[in-house]
Amino acid sequence: MAYSEKVVDHYEHPRNVGTLDKSSSEVGTGLVGAPECGDVMRLQIKVNPETQIIEDAKFKTFGCGSAIASSSLATEWVKGKTVAEALTISNTDIVKELALPPVKIHCSVLAEDAIRAAIGDWKHKNGVAEEAPAAVAAH
Amino acid sequence: MTETPGLNITQSHHTLPAGVKLPIYMDNHATTPLDPRVLAAMMPYLTGIFGNAASRNHSFGWEAEQGVEKAREQIARLIGATSKEIIFTSGATESTNLALKGVAEMYKERGNHIITQVTEHKATLDTCKRLEKSGFRVTYLPVQADGLIDLEDLKRAIVTEGPDKTILVSIMYANNEIGVIQPIQEIGKLCHEKGIIFHCDAVQAVGKIPVNVLTDNIDLMSISGHKLYGPKGVGALYVRRRNPRVQLAEQINGGGHERGMRSGTLNVPGIVGLGAACEICQNEMAAEAVREQELRDYLRAKLENALDYTQVNGNMEHHLPGNLNMSFIYVEGESLLMGINDIAVSSGSACTSATLEPSYVLKALGLGDDVAHSSIRFGLGRFNTRAEVDYVADKIIDVVQHLRELSPLYEMVKEGIDLSKIEWAAH
Repeated sequence: MAYSEKVVDHYEHPRNVGTLDKSSSEVGTGLVGAPECGDVMRLQIKVNPETQIIEDAKFKTFGCGSAIASSSLATEWVKGKTVAEALTISNTDIVKELALPPVKIHCSVLAEDAIRAAIGDWKHKNGVAEEAPAAVAAH
Repeated sequence: MTETPGLNITQSHHTLPAGVKLPIYMDNHATTPLDPRVLAAMMPYLTGIFGNAASRNHSFGWEAEQGVEKAREQIARLIGATSKEIIFTSGATESTNLALKGVAEMYKERGNHIITQVTEHKATLDTCKRLEKSGFRVTYLPVQADGLIDLEDLKRAIVTEGPDKTILVSIMYANNEIGVIQPIQEIGKLCHEKGIIFHCDAVQAVGKIPVNVLTDNIDLMSISGHKLYGPKGVGALYVRRRNPRVQLAEQINGGGHERGMRSGTLNVPGIVGLGAACEICQNEMAAEAVREQELRDYLRAKLENALDYTQVNGNMEHHLPGNLNMSFIYVEGESLLMGINDIAVSSGSACTSATLEPSYVLKALGLGDDVAHSSIRFGLGRFNTRAEVDYVADKIIDVVQHLRELSPLYEMVKEGIDLSKIEWAAH
């Protein structure tokens, strides 16, 4: 199956690969997906406590090229946004940007879940009230 | 904080060894290229000899028939059959359909039970499913962790009396994904002792390893042209004529070709090609098997020496020489294939399907979905070289290492986290 140029670009040059210190109170970690499904994304954000701006984001993904691209793109997009702004990123934006085919839409959903899970974790750590708990894999 | 800057996965820094052309084809269980010698044998039948092999009263028909009969003998010789026992079809899927449906229909008075196994090709499994819909009872034997069936399971599954009497066993010779070779002789012997017809899908085995329908006790056997360097669109079914004589209810009507078992004008160039391909295999198989197995073992050793968390799938003792099925754990198969896009191999992952289900064959061995998703099937063939194996191994090592730097699972395992203890969020 053919991948879009943007997917290939993110796959070949993934942005923001890495690990943030998950014990830091400024860092939120979202781990979503499952190995059995062939997709696991870990997205981390580092939030400035004063401004609530996401100053850094890192990811690691086990998954197909579209999953890698979706999470790489998600880190690019959340960086520089406030937590509230980052929550407005939706999977359909990712689908559009990466020109994902229908069978790969779940990759974009997972990336959105990862953003929400990371923010949820950060909120939980910092005692910020949250509407609904996001899917955070406990470990 | 760790960072992996400037990953550049698809552009290999390895220089291309002399004589290696990209892309490299290493997926010879899917199909094989046409051997130029096979094409040479076919050419006269594509360019001049056009007669209908069923035309009995002029030389155009006789010429075509001669080509067909020569091919019948070439195939028969390779598998220890007689030429009258070879029925031409459009391919192995049709052969298997004819064998299973033909036996079921012909022998339904005798009983309605069929035995097969879970790692069969879909040609067998889907045909069995269809037969179940028309009232037959099918037992799908499990396989052991190494991919082989347990003969005791087979013995237990056989029904010798009553309406549920077993009439047919269908077990493949060698598996198309994991390359394991089933104990065909013993299965055939068991079937013959109980008066059960034994069909064998030998698509991956014929021309690669010695197959003999007499010593292997096979009654019906499916053969494909394009898996042994012959053309696509042609196959054969071996139908035993003695001890016992097997009869089939025909599934295609119209003209009574192939002893009434398969009507339709014969694909003469294809059949000639299949025959030529069989003869080449017969002459070269022994040496070629040794060569391919050496390349296979070399590939395996190279990968295992460079990478941790790899696993070879399937029994390696009873194994096709050119097959290697390997899991690169904590790397997802499709992303691995994407990184080696100048190499044609297959993945055990089927991430593109709506179900997200990985290979049913690997799952039948008891592999977890995550390991199955990480599996690559290498299919070495007649035209692969050592230089190609070197290139493929180096490239795989590179890409696996890069993807593991991206893999949260690999990082967690390296940190000593037990992945099975994590409550993964289902999606």
